[in-house]
Amino acid sequence: MKTIPVFVMALLISACSDLGVKPWDRDILAREEMQLNHDPIEASLDDHIYFSKEASSGGRGFGGGGCGCN
Amino acid sequence: MQLKKHNTMKRVKRLNTREAKKIGPALAAATCGVLGIASTPALAQGEPGTWDFDVANLYYAESDSRVTAVEPVFSATRYFSDDRQLNLKAVFDTLTGASPNGATPSDQVQTFTRTSGGQTYDVEANDAPLYDGFRDTRVALSASWLAPLNREWEYTASVYGSSEFDYTSIGTGGTIKRYLNNKNTALNTGLFVSFDTVNPPNGTPPPLAEMARIARNDSDDSKTIIDALFGVTQVINRQTIMQLNYSLSQSSGYLNDAYQLLSVIDLNPGLNYGGNFQVGGNNVYLYEARPDSRMKHSIYWQTKYALENGDVIDGSYRFMLDDWGINSHTFDFRYRWDLGGSYIEPHFRYYMQSKADFYQRYIGSDEYSAGNLTEATADYRLGDMDALTVGMKFGWKLKNNKEINTRIEYYLQRNTGDNGVGLLRAQDLYPDNRAIIFQVGYSF
Repeated sequence: MKTIPVFVMALLISACSDLGVKPWDRDILAREEMQLNHDPIEASLDDHIYFSKEASSGGRGFGGGGCGCN
Repeated sequence: MQLKKHNTMKRVKRLNTREAKKIGPALAAATCGVLGIASTPALAQGEPGTWDFDVANLYYAESDSRVTAVEPVFSATRYFSDDRQLNLKAVFDTLTGASPNGATPSDQVQTFTRTSGGQTYDVEANDAPLYDGFRDTRVALSASWLAPLNREWEYTASVYGSSEFDYTSIGTGGTIKRYLNNKNTALNTGLFVSFDTVNPPNGTPPPLAEMARIARNDSDDSKTIIDALFGVTQVINRQTIMQLNYSLSQSSGYLNDAYQLLSVIDLNPGLNYGGNFQVGGNNVYLYEARPDSRMKHSIYWQTKYALENGDVIDGSYRFMLDDWGINSHTFDFRYRWDLGGSYIEPHFRYYMQSKADFYQRYIGSDEYSAGNLTEATADYRLGDMDALTVGMKFGWKLKNNKEINTRIEYYLQRNTGDNGVGLLRAQDLYPDNRAIIFQVGYSF
């Protein structure tokens, strides 16, 4: 049973090995706005609002405690 | 000709070295969450020995005199040699206003006891019962250290602490990342543990205790939250990057909201059918009781795509389910419209959740009399809900990588559920919550 996640992970990694770019083709990906979390301040403020108002949190990152608002 | 080719090669090599420093963060799985801790800053643009600063102020205001929050944030990142960096962050959070206390509205004036000192407050007939003593200041400090172990491995270590008048939290954690396939793939895993203490005035109410004759335990209660995250980030092509995370969060301990009540509604046939159930001439309200543990699972997927004209599309989806019976879907979409020295970014977010198994808008008098209720909450945040956010962000690029930005957003929450019986049917049991989000930020 434990081998299934390992197998899936291996499959994903091998599938991923065909994707991607050469180091000299990273010009667009290197732009600030192409970072996955390019505005961490805004993201953390949003996470705080939605943590206070909804039953879900986290996903992008850790969704734990740290606030008595929920 | 040969010289020209040589110079071109040198220029490409220089560019690659500079951009190689930036691509690390592009692959980083962010770990900010509610704790506000970023495993990696937005962009590793600093030379060793330099600092980057980000300051922002959030203004959040709900309609109908509900919650208003002002939240300034200060973040500083120091760069060291060998791509190591330290991020320090402080958040100050001031809340005022009124918040739903969980009770149902009534055609009679309702009197509630405050949590501090036995004072009371009245809610007018047909008004939504709001706890108006909602006033709090929260200070949160965090530090995060990021460093490579070698060309393929990188780690972060974080500490967090926050304090508000009835709540304190300390936490620590870290992530470790492995780059593969020429740094086109990154595997990320992390763990964060928080120890939180709940200390409302006069202690926490016992579960399902009656508001009027409450015997508080006069002590602190605590909860522990363990978060684990597993993520894959993949460069798809020159214009596309994708991230997939699985995270789980285990909370245990005191998980109630110490201020949340439930109304007991009279289900006996007669003139008061659907009105507040009374004992000794007083309405009966009970404090909520949630389970003492919760396990949440989330799948999060995000893709960023750069168009030929410089615009960027950012889409994400999150599915969450937990052992309280809640599941939720979150769709988030941003389109960054590049205007050269500035940008405009429309934002759309849609969220929907199903209710917790133990959520009920009120307690029937028959359930109350039977005395076998063990868990119940009327907290609207645990009910059937959907929410919509629409907004716009504007940014202006200044010299030397400085930026000013501002955003304004509108947030709407809508709850649905059982509309009650008898007298209760004339009341609005699920009022919408509307809020304005306004933020100004400066990076330098």
